[in-house]
Amino acid sequence: MTATATRPQSAAPSATGGKRAPKRERQGAAWVFLSPWVLGATVLTLLPMAVSLYLSFTDYDMFDAPSWVGFRNYTQMFTEDPRYWRSVGTTLTYVVIAVPLQLVLALAVAIALKSVKRGKGFYRSAFYAPSLLGASMSIALVWRAIFNDGGTVDNLLSDVGLDIGGWINKPGWAILSVALLTIWQFGAPMVIFLAGLQQIPAELYEAAAVDGASWWRQFRSITIPMLSPVLFFNLVLQMIQAFQVFTPAFAVSGGKGGPADSTLVYTLYLYDRGFTASHMGYASAMAWVLLLAIGVVTAVLFRTSRAWVFYANDTHEGGR
Amino acid sequence: MTTAPITTAGTARKRPAPARIALHIGLIAVLLVMLYPLAWLLATSFKPADEVIASLKLLPSHFEWGNYSTALDGVNEVGVGRLLWNSLLIACGAVLGNVISCSLAAYAFARLRFRMRGPLFAFMIATIMLPHHAILIPQYIIFNQLGMVNTYWPMILPKFLATDAFFVFLIVQFMRGLPRELEEAARIDGCGPFRSFFSVILPLTRPALITTAIFTFIWTWNDFFTQLIYLFEPEKFTLTLALRSFVDASSQSAFGPMFAMSVFALLPIVLFFLAFQRFLVEGMASSGLKG
Repeated sequence: MTATATRPQSAAPSATGGKRAPKRERQGAAWVFLSPWVLGATVLTLLPMAVSLYLSFTDYDMFDAPSWVGFRNYTQMFTEDPRYWRSVGTTLTYVVIAVPLQLVLALAVAIALKSVKRGKGFYRSAFYAPSLLGASMSIALVWRAIFNDGGTVDNLLSDVGLDIGGWINKPGWAILSVALLTIWQFGAPMVIFLAGLQQIPAELYEAAAVDGASWWRQFRSITIPMLSPVLFFNLVLQMIQAFQVFTPAFAVSGGKGGPADSTLVYTLYLYDRGFTASHMGYASAMAWVLLLAIGVVTAVLFRTSRAWVFYANDTHEGGR
Repeated sequence: MTTAPITTAGTARKRPAPARIALHIGLIAVLLVMLYPLAWLLATSFKPADEVIASLKLLPSHFEWGNYSTALDGVNEVGVGRLLWNSLLIACGAVLGNVISCSLAAYAFARLRFRMRGPLFAFMIATIMLPHHAILIPQYIIFNQLGMVNTYWPMILPKFLATDAFFVFLIVQFMRGLPRELEEAARIDGCGPFRSFFSVILPLTRPALITTAIFTFIWTWNDFFTQLIYLFEPEKFTLTLALRSFVDASSQSAFGPMFAMSVFALLPIVLFFLAFQRFLVEGMASSGLKG
């Protein structure tokens, strides 16, 4: 029904299209506007993708010409390189901890903020600030100091009888401190959640309240379904970003991925192989596996989204 | 805050005052925990060496301005002024590039009809999700061949070619919201697509352009990875990259100056944030909606 309602609208311009005489000229103009992007997309995106795919089948150290080695980089990666699997495991651990917790916190604070009348703008900005600062080397260094032996977190925890010591020096705990830095930056998804919450019609909640629905029931039956497109957007975006975490792991471990490779996230190992050890072919193979992995995860998310993402206002398509 | 609950207490839809106060207390508590690292950074930058670690107190016993004068000397004989200038140069170049190229591409996608528009738009969206690492090494080789390694071009040139698809998308979303009648009127007045872009659409797109400019500035300023692989001469280092030399050295005596330098590196972002928070927050909100 929605499809038939929108179709005549979108067909309308082509019906009157006869009046728009200089159509060809406008086509040409479009390509002029698009030319920087076309150049960038071909020379700096598509071509490099093809080249990195080619390089992934070669041995290449930046000085001698690449030599073809077939699938050797890939087989070495998957069967002979424990550090590779270590980096995969570390990255997955980090993603599985950081992304859900970040989103839950973002949603919780957004829901709390929705009913705040006074100071909403202040809260929104204050919670958002870490999302901009947190990507910096400065904050990564703060993190290293706070979670180090004798740092604030260590002191606080030993005061309540939990003697963990410095997280930075403990395999297993170090990556957790990196995850906490990501969770700390929940402001960006929160702002998006808040904007989504404000678009849910108040009548829905009023009707539910009249029917005697509890807070939890309203949350489950109104908030979550109505918010599901935004939830999905945040999930995909944060997931893709999390797979590529680099700076905090670099800072926390002094660029080495230690202790015992416990903060050797995927991109840090890729950097190590490519730019420290000069195995550009191997690093390219790693990059392509990352590309495929992110592609697969995104595709799976899109597939499952059909079951739980609910697009309420299909009928408003083409609105402003 | 204390008088408001009394005057509005009669309305049925309002929450009872205690619940609302509890909500504010909860939010402020979360906020205080969140702001602690920033307060810690600022406090530590003033601490004398012996107080940096081992003291849980946030405030230093006396303010050690020496940290800042040490930080001003910079790293590897390169002063902070120079580092700051280098950072600014890259960030401003990137801003200029993104604002120009992304608005051009966005105008074509949002307002013009052309063959292949659908597939190209889909491709552009897909590149938002493309991990940077998949193109990193060939890009490095290209810039190396062009003799641009250890220059700022690898950080600036791509921005002039609209490689930050996120901003193209952001501006497209904004331009789509402008009424069609604007250009129809302009066309009747004899404006071609170029005139309507510069005189009609672009001025109205200003909020989206400002958002693009601020985000580009902050993200470029913070970007560590690109600078790490392309710049190796200390003279060319940015503030972010200069901080890197503290990463390797773990001596605690350098803690004060290191965090004084960190404050220098964060200051422009904080100022930008305070000045433009409305654009930033709203820009972020609108990027996720109306999809």
